[in-house]
Order: sequence, then C-alpha cells, then structure tokens
Amino acid sequence: MSAQAPTGELVARFGVSPARRRKDRIARGTILVATIVALIPLVLIVYYLLKKGLGAWSSDFFTTDPTGNTFFKSSSIGGVKSAILGTIEMVALASAIAVPIGVAVAVWLVEYGKSSWFAHTVRFFVDVLTGVPSIVFGLFIYIVLIVGTGSSFAGYKGSLALSLLMLPVVIRSAEVILLLVPAGLRESALALGAPRWKVIFTIVLPTALPGMVTGVLLAVARAAGETAPLLFTAASTKNSSYDLGGFMNSLPVQIYSDVNSPTTSVVNRAWGAALTLVVLILLLNLIARLISRRSRLA
Amino acid sequence: MEAAFPPSGESALLARSPLARLPDRLLKYGLSVLAALILALIVFFFIRLVGEARPAFAKTGVFGFAFDNNWTPSAGHFGALPLVVGTLITATLALVIGVPVAVAAALYATELCPRRLRSPLTILVELLAAVPSVVYGLWGIVFLAPKLQGSEQWVADRLSFVPFIGGGLVTIPNYFIAGLVLAIMILPIVSAISREVMSTVPLDQKEASLGLGATRWEMIRMAVIPYCRSGIVGGAMLGLGRAIGETIAVTILIGDAPKLGEQLFGQGYSLAAVIANEFGEAQGVHRSALFAAGLVLFVLTLLVNGVARGLVVRSARKTGQSSGAGSTGATALVAGAAGGA
Repeated sequence: MSAQAPTGELVARFGVSPARRRKDRIARGTILVATIVALIPLVLIVYYLLKKGLGAWSSDFFTTDPTGNTFFKSSSIGGVKSAILGTIEMVALASAIAVPIGVAVAVWLVEYGKSSWFAHTVRFFVDVLTGVPSIVFGLFIYIVLIVGTGSSFAGYKGSLALSLLMLPVVIRSAEVILLLVPAGLRESALALGAPRWKVIFTIVLPTALPGMVTGVLLAVARAAGETAPLLFTAASTKNSSYDLGGFMNSLPVQIYSDVNSPTTSVVNRAWGAALTLVVLILLLNLIARLISRRSRLA
Repeated sequence: MEAAFPPSGESALLARSPLARLPDRLLKYGLSVLAALILALIVFFFIRLVGEARPAFAKTGVFGFAFDNNWTPSAGHFGALPLVVGTLITATLALVIGVPVAVAAALYATELCPRRLRSPLTILVELLAAVPSVVYGLWGIVFLAPKLQGSEQWVADRLSFVPFIGGGLVTIPNYFIAGLVLAIMILPIVSAISREVMSTVPLDQKEASLGLGATRWEMIRMAVIPYCRSGIVGGAMLGLGRAIGETIAVTILIGDAPKLGEQLFGQGYSLAAVIANEFGEAQGVHRSALFAAGLVLFVLTLLVNGVARGLVVRSARKTGQSSGAGSTGATALVAGAAGGA
C-alpha cells in the first residue's frame, strides 16, 4: 500500500503478459464476431421482407380477397384483404377478452393475493401458461369448443385461443407494473378514508395505466403473429368476413397456406402478407415503446 | 396497508357500515373467484386433453406411444418416438447454435460495447422477437434453405465417415435448417435473460477483478460468468422450451418424414409439426394420437420451463432481491414471452 514508484521490475511482474493480452484480444474479438453473427439474420430478413414484400404490394393487394385462380398464371390471384380483416377482428376480440381478465387477475395478485399460498399457486399456473406451446392452446379450444359442442370452426374460437395466449403476458406484465405503484399513494388515499375499491380504481389503475398499455400491446403483437392456434379453430376461408361466428382468414394462416405453393406469384403474395404482418407488429411494438417511455413508473 | 382496526370503542366511529363495505367485499371476492377460475380452466383443459388422448394410449400404453418407432397413420401405427426424437434434434441444434451467440451478444452489450451502442444493439436483437414464426418459416424455406444447400452438401460429403452428419443427399426441408432457424428464433429470449442476469453482477466485483489486474476477458470469465451461470442456463432452458414448442416455422422447414433421425440434412418430423400438418384430415384414433402428441409436447415443455424458471429465479434471488422473489426473472420472462412465438 506504500506509494512506491513503479519500477521496471514491478511492471514486469504485474504487467499484463503478451500471452494474456493475446487471449484477451482473441476472446473480445470472438464476442464481437458472435454479436455481428447475431445481427446477420435480422438484416437478411428485413432486406428480403422489404425487397419481396414491397414488390408484392399494390392497391389490389389490400383491396381484393385471395380468391383468384392460382393455377393459371395469367389470372390475378388476388390480395390479402380478408386476411388483414380477419387478423384485426380476431385480435381485437382476443384483446377484449384477455385484457380485462388479465388486468383484473393482476390487480388481485397485487392488492389482495400478495404472498398468500393461493396467490403463489395462481402465479405458478400463469407461468405455466406462458410456456405452453401455442399449438396446444389451439388443441384446448378445439377439444372444448369444437369437439365439445359438435360445431365447426369460427372466428371467435380463434380469438379465444389467442386470448389464452395473451393472458399470461398481460397478467405478468400488469403485475410487474402494479407493484411499481408507490405504496405511499395507496396509503395516503386509504388514510383519507377512501375505500379499497376506490383506491384501486381512482389511484392505482390510473397511475399504472401507461405501463400496462405497454404490456398489453406486446401481448397483442404476439397474438397477431400466431398461426398455429388458428389453424384448427378459425381457419380458413378466403372471403372477407365480418362474422366472428363463421370461418375466418388471417394473415399468418394466409402466409402459411401460400408458402408451399409452386406458383411464384402466390409465394410473392406470402411475402407481401409477411411484410404487412411485420409492419403491423412493429407498429404495435413502437407504440408500446413510446408509451412506456412516457410512463412515470419503471 | 390493511385497515386493521377492530370495530370496537373509538374506532367504531371510524368503521364503515356493512353496506358501505359491500363494494369492497364484492371486488375482493369477485377477483378471487376470477383467479380461481383461471386455475380451474387450466386443470379442466389438461383433463380434457388427457381424455381425448386416451384412445391412442389405450392401444399401446403411454410408454408404448412415446417410445414406439413407427408413425404410420395409414396403417394405424402411432408410435411417437420419431417425432419426439425429431423435436429433440431440432431443439438441441437450436441450443448448440443459438445459445453461444446469444450469450456473446449479451456479454458484448453489457460489458464490452461503447455505452452509446448499448441500447440500439439491444433493440436490434429484440427486433428478432417481433418477427412472427410463419415469417421465419417463409424466409427459411424460400431464401435460407436453397442458399445453404450447396454448403450443406459439401459438409455432408467431406464428413461422410461421421454417422449422423455425413453422407446422403441434402434435401431442402431438413433437420439442420429447422434447427438453424430455431436458433435465430430463440436468440432474443436467451439474450434478453442473459443480459438481465449480467446486469445484476455487482459493480464492485467487476471493479475488484479489474483492480487486481485482470484483463477484460479475465474479468468476464472470473467475475461475470460464474456469478450468472445459473441465470444463463435458465435462459437457455427457456429457449429450449420455446424451441420444443415452436410449431409453424418447424413445420415448414423440417419436412414430413416420420423416421428416426437418420441424417442431419435429411427430412424429419417433430411433435408440433405433426399436429399442424395432419390434424386437418385426421379421424378417430389418428386424431386421438395427435392429441396424445400434443400432451407429450405439453408435458415436455412444462418440465423444461419448470426447471428453467427455477434456475432464473434462483439466480435472481442470489443477488439479494429476495423481496421481489425473482422480480428480475419475472420481468425477463415477460420480456421473453412478449416476443412473437
């Protein structure tokens, strides 16, 4: 600890040897290369999406249904109007189901359940739901609503499958945000004589709102990109439909059915639909990010 | 926070009348019932799934179903072993390729990169999570698979003496492409959780190692990695869960050959892919076998995710945030789950 001047001998003993320096440089180089490797697929996917997708976009692409004959190359194969409509309708209904329930459960976990065994059980099950493969949600809904009732596919059944998928994301993200609401806010309202429900509705929820919107939008974005749960709950028809009780097309399902086509124009339509879907999801992500930046919590 | 006044004496003045307390009671019990309903729903689904899968199990027994190497729906043979093995092959490939890259990207973002690059880099890696599964499938089959076919064939020819990898003709949908695309798909979640865990390494530990003369790499190896090993492993396991359950991209990229993985660059099948592919036209025992495949998939992901969650939470708890009981883990899980599966 004495303030010795570094002599040549000390540097030789404690300085970084060339071997260690080389190792350090190699390791850092490898890490940098791996990071670049991680970004390559992103660049390639974005490039291809833009190149092929923009090529497929046209005004017809958004205003016609994919009903054209794909066998004769001369005829127009149609756009993806029904798919866009279907995705928006089904995801909207799924959100209308999953968001209120999810937020309610999160409120219960934070305000009432806290760390009781029951709350821990609920948390555990919600986490279990997070990990369930999306196709298994499709099977659940199929068994209960299609085998169970003996009826056929319908848009609202697809929505229910999607809402099951959204639920754990909404609950967990809302819970994290609700926990961030300062206890002082709750306590001062309670001390002023406000009943519990009033505190929740007028203090806790409004404070947490911007943060919760972020989680909700991320859940919506996740649901919008899902194919598997829709395959045998809602899909598929090619016509535009405003009836959630009937078959319904959606962007992911449309892409999935176009992928393996031998006709180039149909594969190109898949690219156009893919770009549409990704733009939709990125918009939701962007809005989520902007809102979360404005949130005073977190 | 509980209003713990006994309604007696002076505090009786402050207590609310039973009528005024009604909305509070309603809210409390209503929400509790809702939470209980969610539990009931999951249990109900599980029981129904088992019920629907029973005819398939009845023929061969659960183990017969899971370990019989013969999936021939046309002949009424439903042995899921080729599917299970296909799922494991692709998921293992995804881990082997994806985890080192994801951890390296996380290390670069937390320890090495200039501060200004940190958040753009994070956002870029997370963008990968915004791409839907079906788009990965499309990209993989239209772009990646044809581009890589030549080099795959080259590798297969050079390594023809290696049993699983070498020899044979490279087909366009194959295990390797499916595994590679899965690796890209699990990259954001593994990277996000690794980053989250790495950011909990106490600064003084890192500074201490640097102060003792360690190089950056030695600091990473001796202070950062040991500290967050279990968290990284947990993140990798969550990636594994994602890879096992991933359906559409794999369905497009793996082909539909229900044979026990013979060749890395040959066609295969996975549990999720078989459901997506065959469910439409399946009848009777076949459909029941697909439900059984779904059940096997469900249980497999449950096990993997259970272990993963334990590891992530333990790693978060080790850092002393015992109050949140793994709040780091929870946010990371949410972040990961939010990515388009």
